[in-house]
Amino acid sequence: MRIRALAFRIWRQFLHDKRTLMLMLVAPLLILTLVSLVFNGSTYRPKIGIVDVPAMITERLSQEDVNLISYASTTSALDALKTQTIDAYISMQNGTPDVVLEGSDPSKNKAILLDLQRLVQASPGSPAGSVQPKISYLYGSADMSSFDNFGPVLIGFFAFFFVFLVAGISFLKERTTGTLERLVATPIKRWEIVIGYVIGFGLFTTIQAILITWFSVDILGMMMNGMLINLLLVTLLLSITALTLGIFLSSFANSEFQMMQFIPLVIVPQVFFSGLFNIDTMAQWLRWLSKIMPLYYGADAMRNVMIRGKSFGDIAVDLAVLLGFSIVFMVLNVLTLRKYRKV
Amino acid sequence: MPGQEGRTEEWGIQVSHVDRRFGKKMVLQDISLEVKPAEVFGLLGPSGSGKTTLVKIIAGIDEATRGTVVVGGVQMPRIDMLGKIGYMAQSDALYTDLTAKENLDFFASLFGLPSKQRKRRIEEVMELVNLTDSMKKLVSAYSGGMKRRLSLAIALLHRPRVLILDEPTVGIDPALRASIWNELRAMGRAGTTILVTTHVMDEAEKCDRLGMLRDGRLIAVGTPDELKAHTHSATIEEAFLAYGGVRG
Repeated sequence: MRIRALAFRIWRQFLHDKRTLMLMLVAPLLILTLVSLVFNGSTYRPKIGIVDVPAMITERLSQEDVNLISYASTTSALDALKTQTIDAYISMQNGTPDVVLEGSDPSKNKAILLDLQRLVQASPGSPAGSVQPKISYLYGSADMSSFDNFGPVLIGFFAFFFVFLVAGISFLKERTTGTLERLVATPIKRWEIVIGYVIGFGLFTTIQAILITWFSVDILGMMMNGMLINLLLVTLLLSITALTLGIFLSSFANSEFQMMQFIPLVIVPQVFFSGLFNIDTMAQWLRWLSKIMPLYYGADAMRNVMIRGKSFGDIAVDLAVLLGFSIVFMVLNVLTLRKYRKV
Repeated sequence: MPGQEGRTEEWGIQVSHVDRRFGKKMVLQDISLEVKPAEVFGLLGPSGSGKTTLVKIIAGIDEATRGTVVVGGVQMPRIDMLGKIGYMAQSDALYTDLTAKENLDFFASLFGLPSKQRKRRIEEVMELVNLTDSMKKLVSAYSGGMKRRLSLAIALLHRPRVLILDEPTVGIDPALRASIWNELRAMGRAGTTILVTTHVMDEAEKCDRLGMLRDGRLIAVGTPDELKAHTHSATIEEAFLAYGGVRG
């Protein structure tokens, strides 16, 4: 009898909390849909540039599942490689095929090398078969592990995830314990509250970023080719984006529990589009979604710094986008604080 | 003498024809009242009568749907007036993961207290609420009554000219309640205008004047003696019932 009463009470509480109910019913479906979209995409077709190679090789290559793009010179092919327009290019050097791979994604490297191997095996005795192609990497190397590839994304993800949650919950507590009301009863301006939060957490997240990076590079041996300061800059901006987004969304939650419910709605989708999985194999309309996800830009910048060793100028666009997100969320925060004080 | 008139008017509160609507719900309806400078004015009413909404509007945190509120000659809400008003909400809004002193430090900075004065002022207010010994304790280790007192101490930190207290003595033992009321009356005499809400009738007797609030309407204003005399009641409670039209 008492058990029934308790079970009944829990059921009733669920019915009162429609959001939790929806979350339990709808969120798994949403995530499963995302997973299926991500993993059921077409197989990846490597994009290979060709510079003045014999017609026979071109012909053979086109039988494989690849996209071939012709370039007039190795210089222009190299430029295309640097902007990730192509994954590799083949040119002839003294009669030997010379293959240069972009190299930062081990799974793409593997796909291209497999295609080349088939090419060699398919033509015994022919000039292309008798000579082993010379392979080199623009970034990374043959012994680059998958961890080196997705490590930078994970660093960005953890910074984003924890800051989002901690900042969101701490602002939520400010509201539910009534301290926010006390805060707005002082002459502090609304934007000062937002900036105060950003600076307070910003200092904390800088320490977090330094610790995570040091551990990943020095202890776990993650590939690190760029400058540490650039990496910290990316992590910091990513954290500020997470912080301002967390504070903003916390005003739509009434309890810590409801704050947690934003994880499957806001955090998990970002993981799928952050570059942990290959976005190129997704449907076109789905790829567009990645453009509105802060983690996508953060992860891109992290990879550029850590794997490709790029400098500030090359990640400036990603940083600017993250800064843009932060500013938009900050403005939204100042506006939603109007709910608690009109001036 | 216009100069003198200006000074006496300075820290009074004038509320005229204030409505507050939340969606379709009318929480306050045509409230007009005046709190004179340096008086202790009590807002008496059952919970749900709109007391908290009214004091929030006066404190400048909320805004009236219609009507005006003037505090110290300035129409509210105005952000620069917040530094001159002390507001203590109904809930003990404190950072429980900080010590009492850290809480006081934080709010003292928000009110812009110069750091030299800060330490002395913090000691003063803590002495006032009898918490000097618990200054370095985490607020999470405080009892309910101690939290209430710390809350009051924070509201007094910046020597506000107008003090607005929402149910300040809930959960405080009678002895301490008496001492807090003595303190409030002393502050009133020293020139602080005090607006306090309560639903405890015997506390209402201690106010200079009272406003009775019921279902979002102001049903009576006057000194406790006036209200009792007017309704031929022996107690404030009876007077309240008479104004509410409930007495048989």
